[in-house]
Amino acid sequence: MIEVKHLVKSYGKLRVLDDISLTINQGERVAIIGPSGSGKSTFLRCLNCMEDPTSGEIIFKGVNIADMHVDINIHRRHIGMVFQQFNLFNNKTVIENIMLAPVYVGNQARRKAIRHNLYVRLANIFSKNKKPFLKVESKADIKNTAKENAHTLLKRIGLDEKADVYPSTLSGGQKQRIAIVRSLAMNPDVMLFDEPTSALDPEMVGEVLNVIKELADDGMTMVIVTHEMAFAREVATRLLFLDGGHVLEDTDPKEFFDHPKTDRAKEFLSKVL
Amino acid sequence: MGNFSVKVEKFWEIFYEYRGYTRVVTGLKNTLIIAVLGLLIGIVIGTLIATVRVTPKYKTLPKVLNGICSFYVGLFRGTPVVVQLLVTYYVMLPLMGINIPPLNVCVLVFGLNSGAYVSEIMRGGIMSVDPGQLEAGRAVGLSFPVTMLKIVVPQAVKNILPTLGNEFITLIKETSVVSFVGAADLYVAFNYFGTNSYEFMVPYLVMALIYIVLVMLIALGVRLMERSLRKSDRS
Ligand SMILES: Nc1ncnc2c1ncn2[C@@H]1O[C@H](COP(=O)(O)OP(=O)(O)O)[C@@H](O)[C@H]1O
Ligand SMILES: [Mg+2]
Repeated sequence: MIEVKHLVKSYGKLRVLDDISLTINQGERVAIIGPSGSGKSTFLRCLNCMEDPTSGEIIFKGVNIADMHVDINIHRRHIGMVFQQFNLFNNKTVIENIMLAPVYVGNQARRKAIRHNLYVRLANIFSKNKKPFLKVESKADIKNTAKENAHTLLKRIGLDEKADVYPSTLSGGQKQRIAIVRSLAMNPDVMLFDEPTSALDPEMVGEVLNVIKELADDGMTMVIVTHEMAFAREVATRLLFLDGGHVLEDTDPKEFFDHPKTDRAKEFLSKVL
Repeated sequence: MGNFSVKVEKFWEIFYEYRGYTRVVTGLKNTLIIAVLGLLIGIVIGTLIATVRVTPKYKTLPKVLNGICSFYVGLFRGTPVVVQLLVTYYVMLPLMGINIPPLNVCVLVFGLNSGAYVSEIMRGGIMSVDPGQLEAGRAVGLSFPVTMLKIVVPQAVKNILPTLGNEFITLIKETSVVSFVGAADLYVAFNYFGTNSYEFMVPYLVMALIYIVLVMLIALGVRLMERSLRKSDRS
Protein backbone atom coordinates (compact mmCIF):
# COMPACT_ATOMS: atom_id res chain seq x y z
CA MET A 1 0.00 0.00 0.00
CA ILE A 2 2.83 2.39 0.86
CA GLU A 3 6.20 1.78 -0.68
CA VAL A 4 9.11 3.76 0.69
CA LYS A 5 12.11 3.95 -1.63
CA HIS A 6 15.48 5.32 -0.53
CA LEU A 7 13.86 7.84 1.76
CA VAL A 8 16.28 10.49 3.01
CA LYS A 9 15.33 13.43 5.19
CA SER A 10 17.85 16.03 6.28
CA TYR A 11 17.46 19.21 8.27
CA GLY A 12 20.40 21.23 7.08
CA LYS A 13 23.43 19.05 7.76
CA LEU A 14 21.52 16.76 10.13
CA ARG A 15 20.55 13.55 8.28
CA VAL A 16 17.50 12.39 10.26
CA LEU A 17 16.44 9.55 7.95
CA ASP A 18 19.22 7.80 6.10
CA ASP A 19 18.13 5.88 3.02
CA ILE A 20 15.14 3.90 4.26
CA SER A 21 13.39 1.47 1.92
CA LEU A 22 10.45 -0.72 2.91
CA THR A 23 6.91 -1.62 1.93
CA ILE A 24 3.83 -1.44 4.12
CA ASN A 25 1.18 -3.84 2.91
CA GLN A 26 -2.58 -3.71 3.21
CA GLY A 27 -3.78 -4.99 6.58
CA GLU A 28 -0.43 -4.67 8.27
CA ARG A 29 -0.17 -3.03 11.67
CA VAL A 30 3.30 -1.62 11.92
CA ALA A 31 4.62 -0.44 15.28
CA ILE A 32 7.61 1.88 15.20
CA ILE A 33 9.74 2.08 18.31
CA GLY A 34 13.12 3.52 19.08
CA PRO A 35 14.91 6.03 21.29
CA SER A 36 13.79 9.64 21.34
CA GLY A 37 15.28 11.60 18.45
CA SER A 38 15.81 8.50 16.35
CA GLY A 39 13.58 9.84 13.56
CA LYS A 40 10.31 7.98 14.29
CA SER A 41 8.07 11.04 13.95
CA THR A 42 9.97 12.26 10.94
CA PHE A 43 9.56 8.90 9.23
CA LEU A 44 5.84 8.80 9.96
CA ARG A 45 5.37 12.38 8.77
CA CYS A 46 7.18 11.60 5.53
CA LEU A 47 4.63 8.87 4.79
CA ASN A 48 1.95 11.49 4.07
CA CYS A 49 4.47 14.16 3.14
CA MET A 50 3.74 16.39 6.12
CA GLU A 51 7.51 16.60 5.88
CA ASP A 52 8.78 16.67 2.32
CA PRO A 53 11.46 14.01 1.87
CA THR A 54 14.86 15.41 0.94
CA SER A 55 15.14 12.58 -1.57
CA GLY A 56 13.54 9.25 -2.30
CA GLU A 57 10.01 8.19 -3.16
CA ILE A 58 6.81 7.51 -1.25
CA ILE A 59 4.60 5.40 -3.50
CA PHE A 60 1.02 5.43 -2.22
CA LYS A 61 -1.40 3.37 -4.26
CA GLY A 62 0.89 3.60 -7.27
CA VAL A 63 1.55 7.35 -7.10
CA ASN A 64 4.80 8.90 -5.91
CA ILE A 65 3.32 11.45 -3.52
CA ALA A 66 6.76 12.84 -2.70
CA ASP A 67 6.75 14.28 -6.22
CA MET A 68 6.13 18.03 -5.85
CA HIS A 69 3.91 17.97 -8.93
CA VAL A 70 1.19 15.74 -7.47
CA ASP A 71 -1.67 17.37 -5.58
CA ILE A 72 -0.79 16.07 -2.14
CA ASN A 73 -4.14 17.12 -0.64
CA ILE A 74 -6.05 14.56 -2.69
CA HIS A 75 -3.83 11.73 -1.45
CA ARG A 76 -3.72 12.86 2.18
CA ARG A 77 -7.49 12.39 2.33
CA HIS A 78 -6.86 8.65 2.13
CA ILE A 79 -4.19 8.67 4.84
CA GLY A 80 -5.48 9.39 8.34
CA MET A 81 -3.13 10.97 10.83
CA VAL A 82 -3.41 11.21 14.60
CA PHE A 83 -1.10 13.47 16.58
CA GLN A 84 0.36 13.28 20.03
CA GLN A 85 -1.25 16.62 20.91
CA PHE A 86 -4.67 15.68 19.39
CA ASN A 87 -4.89 18.97 17.43
CA LEU A 88 -8.66 19.17 17.36
CA PHE A 89 -9.80 22.40 15.68
CA ASN A 90 -10.37 24.71 18.64
CA ASN A 91 -12.80 26.98 16.82
CA LYS A 92 -15.11 24.11 15.83
CA THR A 93 -17.44 21.96 17.86
CA VAL A 94 -16.79 18.24 18.07
CA ILE A 95 -19.16 17.39 15.25
CA GLU A 96 -17.88 20.27 13.12
CA ASN A 97 -14.38 18.89 13.62
CA ILE A 98 -15.48 15.57 12.18
CA MET A 99 -17.64 17.01 9.38
CA LEU A 100 -15.27 19.72 8.16
CA ALA A 101 -13.14 17.77 5.71
CA PRO A 102 -15.89 15.47 4.34
CA VAL A 103 -18.19 18.44 3.71
CA TYR A 104 -15.39 20.44 2.11
CA VAL A 105 -14.40 17.58 -0.15
CA GLY A 106 -18.05 16.87 -0.98
CA ASN A 107 -18.65 20.48 -1.97
CA GLN A 108 -15.48 20.51 -4.00
CA ALA A 109 -16.65 17.44 -5.91
CA ARG A 110 -20.03 19.11 -6.34
CA ARG A 111 -18.47 22.23 -7.88
CA LYS A 112 -16.44 20.02 -10.16
CA ALA A 113 -19.53 18.09 -11.26
CA ILE A 114 -21.38 21.34 -11.98
CA ARG A 115 -18.49 22.61 -14.09
CA HIS A 116 -18.31 19.27 -15.87
CA ASN A 117 -22.03 19.34 -16.66
CA LEU A 118 -21.66 22.82 -18.09
CA TYR A 119 -19.05 21.57 -20.56
CA VAL A 120 -21.17 18.53 -21.36
CA ARG A 121 -24.17 20.74 -22.07
CA LEU A 122 -22.05 22.83 -24.44
CA ALA A 123 -20.50 19.78 -26.07
CA ASN A 124 -23.89 18.12 -26.52
CA ILE A 125 -25.10 21.04 -28.62
CA PHE A 126 -22.45 20.34 -31.22
CA SER A 127 -22.09 16.59 -31.10
CA LYS A 128 -24.49 13.81 -32.02
CA ASN A 129 -23.61 11.25 -29.39
CA LYS A 130 -24.89 12.92 -26.27
CA LYS A 131 -22.73 12.54 -23.18
CA PRO A 132 -24.47 11.89 -19.86
CA PHE A 133 -24.48 14.44 -17.03
CA LEU A 134 -22.84 13.78 -13.69
CA LYS A 135 -25.09 13.59 -10.68
CA VAL A 136 -24.91 16.77 -8.58
CA GLU A 137 -25.59 16.18 -4.92
CA SER A 138 -27.25 19.09 -3.13
CA LYS A 139 -25.27 20.97 -0.48
CA ALA A 140 -27.80 19.92 2.14
CA ASP A 141 -27.41 16.26 1.18
CA ILE A 142 -23.64 16.49 1.45
CA LYS A 143 -23.96 18.03 4.88
CA ASN A 144 -26.56 15.56 6.11
CA THR A 145 -24.58 12.55 4.96
CA ALA A 146 -21.49 13.90 6.74
CA LYS A 147 -23.52 14.61 9.84
CA GLU A 148 -25.07 11.15 10.00
CA ASN A 149 -21.69 9.60 9.48
CA ALA A 150 -20.19 11.77 12.22
CA HIS A 151 -22.90 10.74 14.69
CA THR A 152 -22.34 7.08 13.82
CA LEU A 153 -18.63 7.50 14.50
CA LEU A 154 -19.25 9.36 17.75
CA LYS A 155 -21.62 6.65 18.93
CA ARG A 156 -18.97 4.08 18.17
CA ILE A 157 -16.65 5.73 20.70
CA GLY A 158 -19.48 6.55 23.10
CA LEU A 159 -19.16 10.32 22.77
CA ASP A 160 -22.27 11.25 20.82
CA GLU A 161 -23.51 13.44 23.66
CA LYS A 162 -20.41 15.62 23.18
CA ALA A 163 -21.28 16.38 19.54
CA ASP A 164 -22.03 20.07 20.11
CA VAL A 165 -19.40 21.07 22.65
CA TYR A 166 -16.06 22.72 21.93
CA PRO A 167 -12.84 20.71 22.35
CA SER A 168 -11.58 22.81 25.27
CA THR A 169 -14.23 21.22 27.50
CA LEU A 170 -13.03 17.66 26.87
CA SER A 171 -10.50 15.46 28.63
CA GLY A 172 -7.35 14.40 26.81
CA GLY A 173 -8.66 10.89 26.25
CA GLN A 174 -11.90 12.19 24.79
CA LYS A 175 -10.02 14.59 22.53
CA GLN A 176 -7.79 11.86 21.19
CA ARG A 177 -10.69 9.49 20.52
CA ILE A 178 -12.44 12.26 18.63
CA ALA A 179 -9.25 13.04 16.72
CA ILE A 180 -9.20 9.39 15.65
CA VAL A 181 -12.78 9.40 14.36
CA ARG A 182 -12.15 12.75 12.66
CA SER A 183 -9.58 10.92 10.55
CA LEU A 184 -11.90 7.96 10.05
CA ALA A 185 -14.60 10.25 8.67
CA MET A 186 -12.57 10.46 5.46
CA ASN A 187 -12.57 6.65 5.10
CA PRO A 188 -8.79 6.44 4.97
CA ASP A 189 -6.97 3.41 3.58
CA VAL A 190 -4.30 3.67 6.23
CA MET A 191 -3.95 5.39 9.60
CA LEU A 192 -0.78 6.96 10.97
CA PHE A 193 -0.46 7.46 14.73
CA ASP A 194 2.35 9.49 16.28
CA GLU A 195 2.56 8.54 19.95
CA PRO A 196 -1.22 8.84 20.37
CA THR A 197 -1.13 8.22 24.11
CA SER A 198 2.05 10.04 25.16
CA ALA A 199 0.30 13.28 26.12
CA LEU A 200 -2.41 11.52 28.16
CA ASP A 201 -2.83 11.04 31.87
CA PRO A 202 -2.24 7.35 32.67
CA GLU A 203 -5.89 6.62 33.41
CA MET A 204 -6.89 7.72 29.91
CA VAL A 205 -4.37 5.68 27.95
CA GLY A 206 -6.55 2.59 28.00
CA GLU A 207 -9.63 4.15 26.42
CA VAL A 208 -7.59 5.45 23.48
CA LEU A 209 -5.70 2.20 22.97
CA ASN A 210 -9.03 0.36 22.97
CA VAL A 211 -10.30 2.47 20.09
CA ILE A 212 -7.11 1.74 18.16
CA LYS A 213 -7.45 -1.95 18.96
CA GLU A 214 -10.99 -2.00 17.61
CA LEU A 215 -9.72 -0.40 14.44
CA ALA A 216 -7.08 -3.08 14.22
CA ASP A 217 -9.73 -5.78 14.63
CA ASP A 218 -11.63 -4.21 11.73
CA GLY A 219 -8.58 -4.77 9.58
CA MET A 220 -7.40 -1.18 9.26
CA THR A 221 -3.87 -0.79 7.94
CA MET A 222 -1.92 1.26 10.45
CA VAL A 223 1.47 2.61 11.30
CA ILE A 224 1.88 3.58 14.91
CA VAL A 225 4.78 5.20 16.70
CA THR A 226 4.45 4.22 20.34
CA HIS A 227 6.14 3.79 23.67
CA GLU A 228 3.47 1.33 24.81
CA MET A 229 5.51 -1.83 24.46
CA ALA A 230 2.78 -4.17 25.63
CA PHE A 231 0.41 -2.66 23.13
CA ALA A 232 2.94 -2.97 20.29
CA ARG A 233 3.50 -6.58 21.17
CA GLU A 234 -0.18 -7.40 21.34
CA VAL A 235 -1.60 -5.44 18.43
CA ALA A 236 1.17 -4.98 15.88
CA THR A 237 1.83 -7.51 13.13
CA ARG A 238 5.21 -6.01 12.38
CA LEU A 239 7.74 -4.01 14.30
CA LEU A 240 10.31 -1.49 13.12
CA PHE A 241 13.11 -0.50 15.46
CA LEU A 242 14.59 2.84 14.45
CA ASP A 243 17.86 4.30 15.61
CA GLY A 244 19.94 7.11 14.15
CA GLY A 245 17.76 7.34 11.06
CA HIS A 246 18.15 3.65 10.19
CA VAL A 247 15.68 0.78 10.48
CA LEU A 248 17.82 -1.56 12.58
CA GLU A 249 15.20 -4.27 12.96
CA ASP A 250 12.15 -5.03 10.84
CA THR A 251 10.57 -8.09 12.33
CA ASP A 252 7.73 -9.83 14.13
CA PRO A 253 6.93 -8.00 17.41
CA LYS A 254 7.13 -11.06 19.64
CA GLU A 255 10.39 -12.08 18.02
CA PHE A 256 11.72 -8.57 18.63
CA PHE A 257 10.82 -8.44 22.31
CA ASP A 258 11.95 -12.00 23.04
CA HIS A 259 15.02 -12.18 20.84
CA PRO A 260 16.28 -8.72 19.81
CA LYS A 261 19.11 -9.14 17.35
CA THR A 262 21.04 -5.87 17.44
CA ASP A 263 22.92 -4.55 20.44
CA ARG A 264 21.14 -1.20 20.13
CA ALA A 265 17.76 -2.91 20.41
CA LYS A 266 18.89 -4.96 23.42
CA GLU A 267 20.15 -1.82 25.10
CA PHE A 268 16.93 0.04 24.30
CA LEU A 269 14.72 -2.77 25.60
CA SER A 270 16.72 -3.10 28.80
CA LYS A 271 15.93 0.56 29.47
CA VAL A 272 12.22 0.59 28.68
CA LEU A 273 11.03 -2.83 29.84
CA MET B 1 -17.42 81.96 33.71
CA GLY B 2 -20.24 84.41 33.18
CA ASN B 3 -19.60 84.53 29.48
CA PHE B 4 -19.50 80.74 29.24
CA SER B 5 -23.28 80.73 29.04
CA VAL B 6 -23.00 83.29 26.26
CA LYS B 7 -20.64 80.94 24.42
CA VAL B 8 -23.04 78.08 24.84
CA GLU B 9 -25.86 80.25 23.57
CA LYS B 10 -23.87 81.20 20.48
CA PHE B 11 -23.08 77.54 19.89
CA TRP B 12 -26.69 76.58 20.27
CA GLU B 13 -27.79 79.32 17.90
CA ILE B 14 -25.64 77.95 15.11
CA PHE B 15 -26.28 74.35 16.07
CA TYR B 16 -30.03 74.64 16.09
CA GLU B 17 -31.30 77.83 14.47
CA TYR B 18 -28.77 77.81 11.63
CA ARG B 19 -29.14 74.02 11.34
CA GLY B 20 -25.46 73.44 12.18
CA TYR B 21 -26.44 69.99 13.40
CA THR B 22 -26.75 68.80 9.80
CA ARG B 23 -23.04 69.57 9.40
CA VAL B 24 -22.25 67.69 12.59
CA VAL B 25 -24.28 64.73 11.39
CA THR B 26 -22.53 64.80 8.02
CA GLY B 27 -19.13 65.12 9.68
CA LEU B 28 -19.84 62.27 12.06
CA LYS B 29 -21.14 60.17 9.19
CA ASN B 30 -18.02 60.81 7.11
CA THR B 31 -15.71 60.13 10.04
CA LEU B 32 -17.43 56.80 10.63
CA ILE B 33 -17.55 55.92 6.91
CA ILE B 34 -13.83 56.49 6.56
CA ALA B 35 -12.95 54.62 9.73
CA VAL B 36 -15.35 51.67 9.23
CA LEU B 37 -14.70 51.14 5.52
CA GLY B 38 -11.02 51.84 6.09
CA LEU B 39 -10.87 49.14 8.76
CA LEU B 40 -12.80 46.64 6.60
CA ILE B 41 -10.49 47.23 3.64
CA GLY B 42 -7.59 47.07 6.07
CA ILE B 43 -8.73 43.70 7.43
CA VAL B 44 -9.05 42.24 3.93
CA ILE B 45 -5.68 43.58 2.79
CA GLY B 46 -4.06 42.81 6.13
CA THR B 47 -5.29 39.20 6.15
CA LEU B 48 -4.03 38.66 2.61
CA ILE B 49 -0.63 40.16 3.38
CA ALA B 50 -0.34 38.24 6.65
CA THR B 51 -1.20 34.99 4.84
CA VAL B 52 1.47 35.69 2.24
CA ARG B 53 3.99 36.49 4.94
CA VAL B 54 3.43 33.25 6.87
CA THR B 55 3.35 31.07 3.74
CA PRO B 56 6.41 28.81 3.50
CA LYS B 57 8.80 30.38 1.00
CA TYR B 58 10.33 27.54 -0.98
CA LYS B 59 8.94 28.57 -4.33
CA THR B 60 9.47 31.71 -6.37
CA LEU B 61 5.91 33.06 -6.28
CA PRO B 62 5.61 33.21 -2.47
CA LYS B 63 9.09 34.79 -2.35
CA VAL B 64 8.17 37.52 -4.82
CA LEU B 65 4.79 38.15 -3.16
CA ASN B 66 6.48 38.33 0.21
CA GLY B 67 8.91 40.93 -1.11
CA ILE B 68 6.07 43.05 -2.45
CA CYS B 69 4.19 42.78 0.84
CA SER B 70 7.23 43.77 2.91
CA PHE B 71 7.71 46.81 0.70
CA TYR B 72 4.05 47.75 1.03
CA VAL B 73 4.02 47.42 4.80
CA GLY B 74 7.29 49.35 5.10
CA LEU B 75 5.96 52.14 2.90
CA PHE B 76 2.69 52.64 4.73
CA ARG B 77 4.09 52.26 8.22
CA GLY B 78 7.04 54.48 7.40
CA THR B 79 5.07 57.59 6.44
CA PRO B 80 2.40 59.63 8.27
CA VAL B 81 -1.12 59.13 7.03
CA VAL B 82 -1.43 62.88 6.24
CA VAL B 83 1.46 62.53 3.83
CA GLN B 84 -0.16 59.47 2.26
CA LEU B 85 -3.41 61.42 1.85
CA LEU B 86 -1.70 64.45 0.32
CA VAL B 87 0.49 62.41 -2.02
CA THR B 88 -2.42 60.26 -3.16
CA TYR B 89 -4.84 63.13 -3.65
CA TYR B 90 -2.54 65.78 -5.11
CA VAL B 91 0.12 63.63 -6.82
CA MET B 92 -0.77 60.03 -7.60
CA LEU B 93 -4.39 60.39 -8.67
CA PRO B 94 -3.85 63.48 -10.89
CA LEU B 95 -0.84 61.74 -12.48
CA MET B 96 -3.02 58.76 -13.27
CA GLY B 97 -5.72 61.09 -14.55
CA ILE B 98 -8.23 59.79 -12.01
CA ASN B 99 -10.72 62.18 -10.47
CA ILE B 100 -12.63 60.86 -7.47
CA PRO B 101 -14.28 62.69 -4.56
CA PRO B 102 -12.18 63.40 -1.43
CA LEU B 103 -14.25 61.07 0.74
CA ASN B 104 -13.53 58.09 -1.52
CA VAL B 105 -9.84 58.98 -1.57
CA CYS B 106 -9.85 59.03 2.22
CA VAL B 107 -11.54 55.63 2.43
CA LEU B 108 -8.97 54.27 0.00
CA VAL B 109 -5.94 55.74 1.76
CA PHE B 110 -7.11 54.81 5.24
CA GLY B 111 -7.87 51.31 3.96
CA LEU B 112 -4.42 50.92 2.43
CA ASN B 113 -2.81 52.43 5.51
CA SER B 114 -4.63 50.26 8.00
CA GLY B 115 -3.98 47.22 5.78
CA ALA B 116 -0.30 47.63 6.59
CA TYR B 117 -0.94 47.82 10.34
CA VAL B 118 -3.58 45.08 10.38
CA SER B 119 -1.21 42.76 8.48
CA GLU B 120 1.30 43.01 11.30
CA ILE B 121 -1.41 42.51 13.92
CA MET B 122 -2.80 39.56 11.96
CA ARG B 123 0.63 38.05 11.49
CA GLY B 124 1.17 38.12 15.23
CA GLY B 125 -2.29 36.59 15.67
CA ILE B 126 -1.60 33.82 13.19
CA MET B 127 1.71 33.02 14.82
CA SER B 128 0.00 32.85 18.20
CA VAL B 129 -2.18 29.96 16.94
CA ASP B 130 -0.81 26.51 17.78
CA PRO B 131 0.97 25.16 14.65
CA GLY B 132 -0.78 21.84 15.35
CA GLN B 133 -4.00 23.43 14.07
CA LEU B 134 -2.50 23.98 10.63
CA GLU B 135 -0.97 20.50 10.66
CA ALA B 136 -4.27 18.86 11.47
CA GLY B 137 -5.99 20.72 8.65
CA ARG B 138 -3.31 19.78 6.16
CA ALA B 139 -3.34 16.18 7.40
CA VAL B 140 -7.02 15.71 6.50
CA GLY B 141 -6.24 16.98 3.01
CA LEU B 142 -7.26 20.62 3.19
CA SER B 143 -5.00 22.96 1.23
CA PHE B 144 -2.88 25.62 2.94
CA PRO B 145 -5.20 28.55 2.02
CA VAL B 146 -8.34 26.63 3.01
CA THR B 147 -6.87 25.60 6.36
CA MET B 148 -5.75 29.16 7.00
CA LEU B 149 -9.18 30.54 6.16
CA LYS B 150 -11.30 28.00 8.05
CA ILE B 151 -9.11 27.12 11.02
CA VAL B 152 -6.16 29.38 11.66
CA VAL B 153 -7.44 32.86 10.78
CA PRO B 154 -10.67 32.60 12.83
CA GLN B 155 -8.59 31.69 15.88
CA ALA B 156 -6.08 34.41 15.08
CA VAL B 157 -8.88 36.98 14.78
CA LYS B 158 -10.20 35.96 18.16
CA ASN B 159 -6.75 36.43 19.68
CA ILE B 160 -6.26 39.85 18.14
CA LEU B 161 -9.76 41.26 18.56
CA PRO B 162 -8.74 43.70 21.32
CA THR B 163 -5.82 44.87 19.19
CA LEU B 164 -8.10 45.27 16.16
CA GLY B 165 -10.44 47.31 18.36
CA ASN B 166 -7.52 49.58 19.20
CA GLU B 167 -6.70 49.87 15.52
CA PHE B 168 -10.28 51.00 14.89
CA ILE B 169 -9.98 53.59 17.65
CA THR B 170 -6.69 54.80 16.16
CA LEU B 171 -8.39 55.09 12.78
CA ILE B 172 -11.27 57.11 14.20
CA LYS B 173 -8.81 59.54 15.74
CA GLU B 174 -6.57 59.72 12.68
CA THR B 175 -9.46 60.61 10.37
CA SER B 176 -9.32 64.09 11.92
CA VAL B 177 -6.79 65.04 9.25
CA VAL B 178 -8.99 64.35 6.23
CA SER B 179 -9.85 68.04 5.85
CA PHE B 180 -6.35 68.37 4.34
CA VAL B 181 -7.80 66.97 1.13
CA GLY B 182 -11.21 68.60 1.53
CA ALA B 183 -13.28 65.84 3.09
CA ALA B 184 -15.90 67.10 5.55
CA ASP B 185 -15.40 65.34 8.87
CA LEU B 186 -16.21 66.35 12.44
CA TYR B 187 -13.37 68.86 12.52
CA VAL B 188 -14.72 70.64 9.44
CA ALA B 189 -18.19 70.77 10.98
CA PHE B 190 -17.10 72.29 14.27
CA ASN B 191 -14.60 74.57 12.63
CA TYR B 192 -17.55 76.01 10.73
CA PHE B 193 -19.19 76.77 14.08
CA GLY B 194 -16.05 78.50 15.23
CA THR B 195 -15.41 80.64 12.21
CA ASN B 196 -19.03 81.77 12.07
CA SER B 197 -19.32 82.75 15.73
CA TYR B 198 -15.68 83.73 16.34
CA GLU B 199 -16.06 81.39 19.26
CA PHE B 200 -14.07 78.13 19.19
CA MET B 201 -14.18 77.01 22.80
CA VAL B 202 -17.55 75.28 22.97
CA PRO B 203 -17.47 73.79 19.46
CA TYR B 204 -14.08 72.19 20.08
CA LEU B 205 -15.17 70.95 23.51
CA VAL B 206 -18.23 69.32 21.98
CA MET B 207 -16.03 67.82 19.27
CA ALA B 208 -13.72 66.35 21.89
CA LEU B 209 -16.73 64.98 23.73
CA ILE B 210 -18.04 63.27 20.59
CA TYR B 211 -14.67 61.64 19.96
CA ILE B 212 -14.47 60.41 23.54
CA VAL B 213 -17.96 58.94 23.43
CA LEU B 214 -17.22 57.26 20.10
CA VAL B 215 -14.05 55.69 21.43
CA MET B 216 -15.73 54.51 24.62
CA LEU B 217 -18.57 52.94 22.65
CA ILE B 218 -16.12 51.05 20.42
CA ALA B 219 -14.15 49.86 23.43
CA LEU B 220 -17.39 48.60 24.96
CA GLY B 221 -18.38 46.87 21.70
CA VAL B 222 -15.01 45.12 21.55
CA ARG B 223 -15.40 43.89 25.12
CA LEU B 224 -18.84 42.48 24.37
CA MET B 225 -17.59 40.77 21.22
CA GLU B 226 -14.66 39.27 23.08
CA ARG B 227 -16.99 37.87 25.68
CA SER B 228 -19.26 36.21 23.13
CA LEU B 229 -16.27 34.81 21.23
CA ARG B 230 -14.81 33.39 24.40
CA LYS B 231 -17.80 31.06 24.53
CA SER B 232 -15.98 28.68 22.20
CA ASP B 233 -13.48 28.21 25.02
CA ARG B 234 -16.15 26.92 27.37
CA SER B 235 -19.77 26.28 26.37
N1 LIG C 1 11.78 20.71 11.92
C1 LIG C 1 12.98 20.26 12.34
N2 LIG C 1 14.08 21.02 12.18
C2 LIG C 1 15.29 20.57 12.58
N3 LIG C 1 15.50 19.39 13.16
C3 LIG C 1 14.45 18.59 13.36
C4 LIG C 1 13.13 18.98 12.96
N4 LIG C 1 12.27 17.98 13.27
C5 LIG C 1 13.01 17.02 13.84
N5 LIG C 1 14.32 17.38 13.90
C6 LIG C 1 15.41 16.56 14.44
O1 LIG C 1 15.34 15.30 13.84
C7 LIG C 1 15.66 14.28 14.77
C8 LIG C 1 14.56 13.25 14.79
O2 LIG C 1 13.39 13.84 15.29
P1 LIG C 1 12.04 13.01 15.46
O3 LIG C 1 11.70 12.39 14.17
O4 LIG C 1 11.05 13.93 16.05
O5 LIG C 1 12.46 11.89 16.50
P2 LIG C 1 11.54 10.95 17.38
O6 LIG C 1 10.13 11.12 16.95
O7 LIG C 1 12.07 9.57 17.12
O8 LIG C 1 11.77 11.34 18.80
C9 LIG C 1 15.89 14.95 16.10
O9 LIG C 1 17.28 15.09 16.30
C10 LIG C 1 15.26 16.31 15.92
O10 LIG C 1 15.94 17.27 16.69
MG1 LIG D 1 8.41 11.87 18.02
